[in-house]
Amino acid sequence: MPNTAIPLEALRGSGADIQAIQIPYVRHPDQDVAEPVQHPVVIVGAGPVGLSLAIDLAQRGQPVVVLDNDCKLSTGSRAICFSKRTLEIWDRLGVGQPMVDKGVSWNLGKVFAQDQSLYQFDLLPEDGHERPAFINLQQYYVEAYLVERALQLPLIDLRWHSKVTALTPRADGASVTVETPDGDYRIEAQWVLACDGSRSPLRGLLGQESHGRIFRDRFLIADVKMHADFPTERWFWFDPPFHPGQSVLLHRQPDDVWRVDFQLGWDADPEEEKRPENIVPRIRALLGKDADFELEWASVYTFACLRMDRFVHGRVVFAGDSAHGVSPFGARGANSGVQDAENLAWKLDRVLRAQADEALIDTYGAEREYAADENIRNSTRATDFITPKSEISRLFRDAALALAREHEFARRIVNSGRLSVPATLHYSPLNTPDGEVFDGTQLPGAVLSDAPMRRPGDAATIWLLRALGSDFTLLHFGPTPAWAIELAGVTNLSIASEGEAHAAHADLLDVQGLAAKRLDARAGTSYLLRPDQHVCARWRRPDEAGVRAALQRACSATASAV
Amino acid sequence: MLLSTRPNLQACDDFYEALIATHQGLETAQSHALNARLVLLLANHIGHQGTLLHALELARTSAGFAPAVAELAERGAVTPVAPVHAAA
Repeated sequence: MPNTAIPLEALRGSGADIQAIQIPYVRHPDQDVAEPVQHPVVIVGAGPVGLSLAIDLAQRGQPVVVLDNDCKLSTGSRAICFSKRTLEIWDRLGVGQPMVDKGVSWNLGKVFAQDQSLYQFDLLPEDGHERPAFINLQQYYVEAYLVERALQLPLIDLRWHSKVTALTPRADGASVTVETPDGDYRIEAQWVLACDGSRSPLRGLLGQESHGRIFRDRFLIADVKMHADFPTERWFWFDPPFHPGQSVLLHRQPDDVWRVDFQLGWDADPEEEKRPENIVPRIRALLGKDADFELEWASVYTFACLRMDRFVHGRVVFAGDSAHGVSPFGARGANSGVQDAENLAWKLDRVLRAQADEALIDTYGAEREYAADENIRNSTRATDFITPKSEISRLFRDAALALAREHEFARRIVNSGRLSVPATLHYSPLNTPDGEVFDGTQLPGAVLSDAPMRRPGDAATIWLLRALGSDFTLLHFGPTPAWAIELAGVTNLSIASEGEAHAAHADLLDVQGLAAKRLDARAGTSYLLRPDQHVCARWRRPDEAGVRAALQRACSATASAV
Repeated sequence: MLLSTRPNLQACDDFYEALIATHQGLETAQSHALNARLVLLLANHIGHQGTLLHALELARTSAGFAPAVAELAERGAVTPVAPVHAAA
């Protein structure tokens, strides 16, 4: 198999080992046949989004070809903040634990203005979740663990040194030309999934564009290796004495690496600012003149918030940065891309199995375009707050900062990046609207909240999200109704409180009552969850006809509204 | 709920005098900064989104300006709208 060419030990090595990996070119048997080989799914791009999508599809039994134009994993730390939701998705893909083991977990953020601390915030102020609000982890580690997982799945055919140079879409698929070090070859795909990053060559090959705003500002992003006793928190400064008039962001990463973002202003010369002799004094100003550090990686960025008008173009589907881009404030780039992948995987699996109409893929477009708009809105607002574009915008920004010292209301106005949370798909055609009254946030379209559980007769904690099925799941707060057992493709989980009459026969015991509380559940309440763990329907007293109708709606709705 | 523009100030002249006095001795820039804080403080007190949006609209139109555009794409005058193609 071509896959064995990847040095497995190096994937679990240090950052230096991982960044040094050069995957050797291996000629693929597809290159030696007269007629192009047919593949159901071709994914272009082996970054966090493409690999997550490949793993999800393979775990569902779908063979996938992954093409990457490079022979290396991410160079430099790039995306570093991975959210609770991303970790939960990766848990389902069997790769969450190495990420958490290696990553730096954090929940707290602090905001400073000039030389004062303004306030701090907690992104996960409640107990009863398996995963933290965020981990910080260099993108090369993320890619290494995802590649390691992909190599365990024989249905994934990873091809490096494979650049897509032509794409001919048809009604039933696309013809893909792949350039390799020893020539071009063609393959046929029923579906092409473009996860090829913000500059997406596939977007260009299809003649598509992304639209939006590019911000007139420049930022220096630097990774610094040092021993420092800063706490594991996100620190954000407005107008600090060590970098007057601009903002600075500090994050801790594994291996004593720290990420520092310096706002530079629009007039900064990116080539000059990239030179170490110009970066080092900026870092020294932050750390103090005696600081002992080493510069690992740096880049100068201009931010853009943009997206394609549509993510689905017949049998070519865009996900992640190729479909949409946000500024880094809020960690919404890679995290939203992984959520794209999760949304697409189960739907494509159903379509490939002929269990759903192709219209289900249009709902991927509708749902994730909606999510992209939400991410872009949040990211744009944060960027406008951090880098005010007019005198009056700066005036109000400074007023909010000044008030925030003393007044809690103003702290909520201060926007240093509203950090990534999964979109609630409010208007999805796959949701069945509530017929009864419920409280709380777990409405149709929301991602299910985690909660600690245990199985009867076993003291060990089992997390609710991990107990869900890979297909649809019905959570019953009470015994599973007899008719529910007959539902095809549905995992039933009966949940009981400790001491309840049916507790001994329940699948899960809600040990702290948090699931019932978060879902506003009473005896008899049921929730229907999609394979991507979004709530799509709920009832106080479900009946078979209602649940069957909701299931059908969740897999066969046309993309009419959103 | 729309913004009420019926007379409602308990002591209209006293308030107006206090407002002007609050700005006493300030440079214009300092007065602008004070006004910005005042807007945020009063907006938080009102809280209700519809009322606040109505106030923003009234303030703008009474000054003879066309209503503000909130659409992202229409804010191109502030920052450029740029298509990003594969060649970017």
